[in-house]
Amino acid sequence: MITPYDVAKVRADFPILHRLVNGKPLTYLDNANTTQKPQSVIDAVADLYTTYNANIHRASHLLGELATRAYEEARVKVKTFINAADAHEIIYVRNATEGVNLVAQTYGRRNIHAGDEIIISTMEHHANIIPWQLLCAETGAKLKIIPINDAGELLLDEYAKLLSERTKFVGIVHMSNALGTVNPIKEVIDMAHAYGVPVLVDAAQSAYHMPLDVQELDCDFLVFSGHKLYGPTGIGVLYGKRALLEEMPPWQGGGDMIATVTFEETTFNDIPYKFEAGTPHIDGAIGLGAAIDYLTTLGMDKIAAYENDLMAYGTGVLTEVPGLRMIGTARHKASVYSFVLDGIHPYDVGTVLDQEGIAIRTGQHCAHPVLQRFGVPATIRASLGLYNTREELDTLVRGLHTAREIFGE
Amino acid sequence: MTAESLSIDKAQEEIIEEFDYLGDWTERYKHIADLGRKLPPFPEDQRLEENKVKGCQSQVWLSGHLSGEQIIFDADSDALIVRGLIALALRVYSGRTPEEILETPPEFINKIGMSEHLSANRANGLQAVIKQIKRYAVAFQARTETA
Repeated sequence: MITPYDVAKVRADFPILHRLVNGKPLTYLDNANTTQKPQSVIDAVADLYTTYNANIHRASHLLGELATRAYEEARVKVKTFINAADAHEIIYVRNATEGVNLVAQTYGRRNIHAGDEIIISTMEHHANIIPWQLLCAETGAKLKIIPINDAGELLLDEYAKLLSERTKFVGIVHMSNALGTVNPIKEVIDMAHAYGVPVLVDAAQSAYHMPLDVQELDCDFLVFSGHKLYGPTGIGVLYGKRALLEEMPPWQGGGDMIATVTFEETTFNDIPYKFEAGTPHIDGAIGLGAAIDYLTTLGMDKIAAYENDLMAYGTGVLTEVPGLRMIGTARHKASVYSFVLDGIHPYDVGTVLDQEGIAIRTGQHCAHPVLQRFGVPATIRASLGLYNTREELDTLVRGLHTAREIFGE
Repeated sequence: MTAESLSIDKAQEEIIEEFDYLGDWTERYKHIADLGRKLPPFPEDQRLEENKVKGCQSQVWLSGHLSGEQIIFDADSDALIVRGLIALALRVYSGRTPEEILETPPEFINKIGMSEHLSANRANGLQAVIKQIKRYAVAFQARTETA
């Protein structure tokens, strides 16, 4: 039996959506920044602290056992969510950013040397630029950039020209936070693999909009953040292929990441614990597990279908706003409308929309190079989540008309 | 009619009275946008990195020079709301002596009914401009004392 996507029922699961902002109902369209949390996630975190809080992997008592089990069950949920081969390939980190830094500082430092090349794209978030710049500065490696066209799509021909024996790593965003472009990630990975080059996928924006299958993609690393996946802040995931993770040196040292320690020598624990030094974000991991349960129950394919339909509706009503120029018009796009209004500073638009209870983001979206590519200092970005409605997009359009009325010449 | 002809306190009172006549937030924003449009052009030779005010989401420039005993300020922003808020700040603080500037807190910000409409970021932007104005006053005061 096919159950239709009931957005009213979904909205009822998110308590924050029922508050007022500046006297108006909240219209939350800043999901690419962070998403709101369903009650089940909030309850999962509260339940830990209310009924079974203890440190994990160390306690010899029942609470410790319960907390450890919940923490590790969440890891299995992540594994299933992205279809990893093994839960030990799931490393908890703080966020997608930390995942990229971990790979750059461990895999990168060991395997990338002077004269080697790392390929990323013009549309990367700073999280997938700066860690590689730091590594290049340290090792003498070079950063190569895949250009994009005026629609905001990767130029795969140019990418093919950049790949060579010097290429030692490819880091690529699955879905652009500033443009909404969904990249042909499988093709990007296959092309790198033809040169034996490993690929890291930044799935921070895609993980909550579409089903992910790391085995089918055959990516070597993949990162995403819990807080965009309707889970808590401060928890993220680094997926890596077992063979690569086992060969990588640890990053941070401390408790739980070791097997034996003497002052002369330390032997390290197995993956994933080798990379999880110190007491981790236990409630974050458990909350992330609850978020994944929530998404799985709704069905990622159904969420994607609903959002795609909503996306098309929004593109239609927004392009009718006079003077609106969409930045990023890729054929394959999800969830993000990045735009400018002729003659009005994005910041001024944001000010007016805030008065109307509409939450969007204005600015450069931690992706300065891609905005430079389009020659705009900043954009207004509205981004969809699984609870947004057509009515909310209509509210956004009305807010933009108000902004034009106030700021128009 | 110019700000120079009013005392610094009178200039603030005038702004507060002006906003008393305005209705809801859209009217207030329209008025601020109008003030922003009327802000005199910023001298292009002053559009320097050192004249950029840090701590603002939009780009903001501020420069000041002494004219007799008074400091004249020029300012600009690429966002209209910010330009309007800066115009208000200049009506109060431009053409004043360093002493007047340092003795006068920016009471108008809270009294024009905008503080609840300015997000923390935006309020900080205006505060950053006023802080910079006060820094100029301190610097010019020190210079005139040692001269």
